[in-house]
Amino acid sequence: MAQLNMVEALNLGLHQAMRADERVVVMGEDIASTGGVFRVTAGLKDAFGEARVIDTPLAESGIVGTAIGMSIYGLRPVAEVQFDAFVYPAFDQIVVHAARYAWRSAGTTPASIVIRIPFGGGVRAPELHSDSPEALFCHVPGLKVVCPTTPADARDVLLAAIADPDPVIVMEPKRVYRAGRSEVPDEAPIDIADADGALAELMRARVARDGDDLAIVTYGATTPLCVAAAERLEAEHGVSAEVLDLRGLFPLDVEAITEAASRCGRALVVHEAPRHAGLGAEVSSLIHERAILDLEAPVLRVTGFDVPFPQFANEDDYLPSVERIVAGAVEVLEF
Amino acid sequence: MDEPLRIIGNGTDVPDRDVPDGLTDKDLIELYRWLVLLRTFDERAVALQRQGRIGTYPLYWGEEGTQAGPLYACSDTDWVFPSYRQCAVATLRGAPPSVILGWCRGYGGPAGFYNPRTYRVAPICVPIATHLPHAVGLAWAAKIRGEDTVSLAWIGDGGTSEGDFHEALNFASVFKTATVFVCVNNQWAISTPVTRQMATATVAEKAAAYAMPAERVDGFDPLACYDAARRAVQRAREGGGPSLIEAFCYRLGPHGTADDPRLYRDDREAERWRPLEPVGRMASFLARLGVLDDATRDGIAGEAKDRVAAAVRELEAIEPPGPEVLFDHVYAGERPWSLEEGLRELRALRRREGD
Ligand SMILES: Cc1ncc(C[n+]2csc(CCOP(=O)(O)OP(=O)(O)O)c2C)c(N)n1
Ligand SMILES: [Mg+2]
Repeated sequence: MAQLNMVEALNLGLHQAMRADERVVVMGEDIASTGGVFRVTAGLKDAFGEARVIDTPLAESGIVGTAIGMSIYGLRPVAEVQFDAFVYPAFDQIVVHAARYAWRSAGTTPASIVIRIPFGGGVRAPELHSDSPEALFCHVPGLKVVCPTTPADARDVLLAAIADPDPVIVMEPKRVYRAGRSEVPDEAPIDIADADGALAELMRARVARDGDDLAIVTYGATTPLCVAAAERLEAEHGVSAEVLDLRGLFPLDVEAITEAASRCGRALVVHEAPRHAGLGAEVSSLIHERAILDLEAPVLRVTGFDVPFPQFANEDDYLPSVERIVAGAVEVLEF
Repeated sequence: MDEPLRIIGNGTDVPDRDVPDGLTDKDLIELYRWLVLLRTFDERAVALQRQGRIGTYPLYWGEEGTQAGPLYACSDTDWVFPSYRQCAVATLRGAPPSVILGWCRGYGGPAGFYNPRTYRVAPICVPIATHLPHAVGLAWAAKIRGEDTVSLAWIGDGGTSEGDFHEALNFASVFKTATVFVCVNNQWAISTPVTRQMATATVAEKAAAYAMPAERVDGFDPLACYDAARRAVQRAREGGGPSLIEAFCYRLGPHGTADDPRLYRDDREAERWRPLEPVGRMASFLARLGVLDDATRDGIAGEAKDRVAAAVRELEAIEPPGPEVLFDHVYAGERPWSLEEGLRELRALRRREGD
């Protein structure tokens, strides 16, 4: 059992996947010789060679497109997109091909690829290095979208995503990358060759904190903030808030979401992405559609604003803070 | 492979060539002034980053000639399209350097963004190669209006791999737009060497696929960069269509201030290229010509230093943008309701938390 941060955990997962299964290749910009701008792929080239650990030309559409081709031939490519907003040149390949290959081949030939995307703000980065584009992908039928928040989840999700036959977008909250270490079991819990259903299990929501008065539903970098907000609600308002870390963004863990909202009677959704047509809208709809009679208040949202992610000097104004989450929670509680 | 065009020799075994057409002694001094301003800005910006006063900075030390040279070949009414690596070129068109520093400090609004139409310089483009189609469209629009405005855009060697690069070159050649593409081939895209980026031996030969003329120049030679651009700009203005210039050089520094090149390359290679850097080289050339004496050179250096120092003072004097900046200018017209609500929510929160 090692204490790892998320970068180290992802790195461990990639080593384990490549060791366990020769079909796995890792590709992206600057991932091989430097180990990636975030070092997630460090050491892979030395361990597995240049043929399987590939520095690509600077072309995201090419990266995802060729990954799809590799998967048709039977490989299991893991493609890294260097930063969130640089996935946009690959959007075409993701939407028109990755998401549809299974459907277009009568289920015979899915695009079995993993696309890893470090995403989100809070790292004082230049323009277009802090986006949260997950909702765009959740809107595209045929994709699975997952967002691990803890080091152990990150490693396990990655392995399960590689094993999964469908195209999986792994949203990696980069603000959490080096935020802290926690225990990651050394043994890979997933046998890539025989991992049916492993991803589905890991896409179930994780209870990050227990509570009964309010369900705070979130994912990614806002999860620890929601936990901190819940502590404050407990201390200052005597409220016991549950924090649900979604993990799966599509499909959503509708049972866990509805159960928590029904039990608490009040729910708040928190994410960093802009509000309009974001995941909060989906979660809120599901709760209203399925648990309206148990609700004592409408579901509210604390999110990024409906603006481009700001230049970094003002990113703290944009990002949901513990204060904003507490304020949103109080609004739901006092409704 | 064509040897890159070189005008400035080394003062010993490599002879100087003639000063390019159209450059008077006054022009030579002015171009030198531009180079020194770019250099001074760059060095100061790196220092500011080290002090934590600005964020990650994409230094361009050594590439000043690839920026100032082609820009000098443009008329003031021509438009240029920089990538992040040419972040300071707008200052050569009169934009306040403090705004570029503001951009580096993560300021939005007027503290960090300039008006492209004032300077005919497009906003600094971070997403690789995506600005190239804009340059083509701009020149195309001029053509539609019967005007002879030229557009010039910079791109890196890595950027030639993106689809937008090829789409832009193709549009430009099909519609014969007055566009000059300057590819700064510094042989690295972060850690990826140019040999991994492309199988062609040069960037220039890609132009053949788009039936456009191309030239390779020594990217460390500001006069060679100027001269090739002058020919391309003139051809474009006369209706001859687009051109591609490959400014061949070497990325002497790290990719940006957050990058450590020791992870992927031998710094001794950079050391071998360093003596070719353009600012000192231009100064020696001008001295050999008898155009630049020590007093003038020191004067230009002092001027640039003062200008950048003043910019730093302006930067420090600027009130950092308040939370409104998030919601300002997202739309040119009225703010949609959800932005209005967001702003109200943020203001209320700031009042409650006392900022
Ligand atoms: C679409 C896109 N993908 C990835 C990046 C991240 N990135 C920034 S600079 C860079 C390398 C660019 O190399 P090159 O085009 O040679 O220009 P140089 O940095 O050498 O000036 C990369 C991959 C980006 N900015 N935009
Ligand atoms: Mg380059």
